[in-house]
Amino acid sequence: MLSVAGFLLVWFIAAEIAQSRMLPGPVEVLSYVVNEALHGDLLAELGITLWRVTASFVVAMAIGSVIGLAMGESQALNRALDPWLIVLLNLPALVIIILAYVWFGLNEAAAIGAVALNKIPNVVVTVREGARALDPGLDEMARAYRLSFWSKLRNVTLPQLQPYFAAASRSGISLIWKIVLVVELLGRPNGVGFELHLNFQLFNVTAILGYTVAFVTVMLAIEYLLVQPLERRTTRWRNKPV
Amino acid sequence: MNDARPAGATSQFEIRIEDKTYRGADGTPVPAIRDLVLEVRPQSMTVLMGPSGCGKTTLLRILAGLDSDFTGTVRVPDNARIGVMFQEPRLLPWRTVRQNIQLVAEDLSNADLEKLAASVEISDKLPRYPQELSLGLARRVALARAFAPRPDLLLLDEPFVSLDERTADRLRRLLLEVWSARPTTAILVTHNAREAILLADELVLLAPRPTHVVAVVPISVPQAKRDPAVVEEIYADLLKRHPANFATG
Repeated sequence: MLSVAGFLLVWFIAAEIAQSRMLPGPVEVLSYVVNEALHGDLLAELGITLWRVTASFVVAMAIGSVIGLAMGESQALNRALDPWLIVLLNLPALVIIILAYVWFGLNEAAAIGAVALNKIPNVVVTVREGARALDPGLDEMARAYRLSFWSKLRNVTLPQLQPYFAAASRSGISLIWKIVLVVELLGRPNGVGFELHLNFQLFNVTAILGYTVAFVTVMLAIEYLLVQPLERRTTRWRNKPV
Repeated sequence: MNDARPAGATSQFEIRIEDKTYRGADGTPVPAIRDLVLEVRPQSMTVLMGPSGCGKTTLLRILAGLDSDFTGTVRVPDNARIGVMFQEPRLLPWRTVRQNIQLVAEDLSNADLEKLAASVEISDKLPRYPQELSLGLARRVALARAFAPRPDLLLLDEPFVSLDERTADRLRRLLLEVWSARPTTAILVTHNAREAILLADELVLLAPRPTHVVAVVPISVPQAKRDPAVVEEIYADLLKRHPANFATG
């Protein structure tokens, strides 16, 4: 809390000294946000971007987890897919986005697919690490008791991967929302990225900062109100004293 | 499999392992089991006793169906339900004691589960997580779990190792109690001679690696009557007959 207040103060003083359109102060930006939220499109644009973030996140986590788990458990599959994983990891996000738009058109599916494809290799790498660290003792227990595939997955495998999912989600959301803005800037007629692009052309720094502040606030809220409570819930067995 | 067959009478467990070799860390082949033949009497407690590292656990893993990389045959009735107690409790830390037991026995009624928990004296631990339990208590949960699926074959791999002698003894008594109330074919592995004598209907002596059966010694005194004096008596007798197997035990 104190660090946020300190930052606002520094920002305020800097803006007062600069007295420039290039660096509006916090009051100005905040009133822009409130005004745009009440009378403008800010909330709608935020909603659209948030929807894209969510969709890309779900797609990337689902596909990445399945591939990561399979690669962690099968050496042959790991050898076959590993070079492609490295290619994807190192392919610039921009290349994937442009190719997606060129090949699949300027549509929603191409946008979300391109973002997900940028994130999948990170999920694969993290979850694969988790799959390699699975406890062989518990695996034997599950096999000896003839647990079904789904029962083993739900009760034995996924809980062990939970910290890896948490790590992948954390880095995932931040990476995804940055890429979503690029996707919107390049080929979507709405969303925060589109607004930023528009206001860049108009040199409206107040609006750029306003949208940034609004979106960062949303992401902070997701982190503190959704991700962290969820993590505390799924790890509650860990916090018990012996 | 012919289900009409009376289970206890003819459903023998026949083990015939010609060769089991595994690769050591440096790639050299290590023979673990050679020409091991054993018939396990149904509804009895068979104790496999042998020196540490002789391949007992390897043998048990084969019986549990966890290792099929061997030459030979293991005849276990089709669809046999298996209960296993490993050297470590191997409970799921993210599931409560109750959920850990339910996981391996979905058809177990709540009443039966609670009866089973009472018989190993963990009734008050059912809502707890395994990390809140001592090793001795966690072993009791593992014991209850092994009986939960009403197993046709119960496999116990040194289940009382690394416990203090009092706790281990308490657990051995509990095992005998639960087992007499729910008789099933049980195979227990140990290197502890007195533990073997206390529990076994048939004591199978194993040779060092590559292991095979040295002798099968039936112990006729009922388990309930084996107090420390009786155990020592049987031990002294076996020491004379099989010095190589009992000298260090």
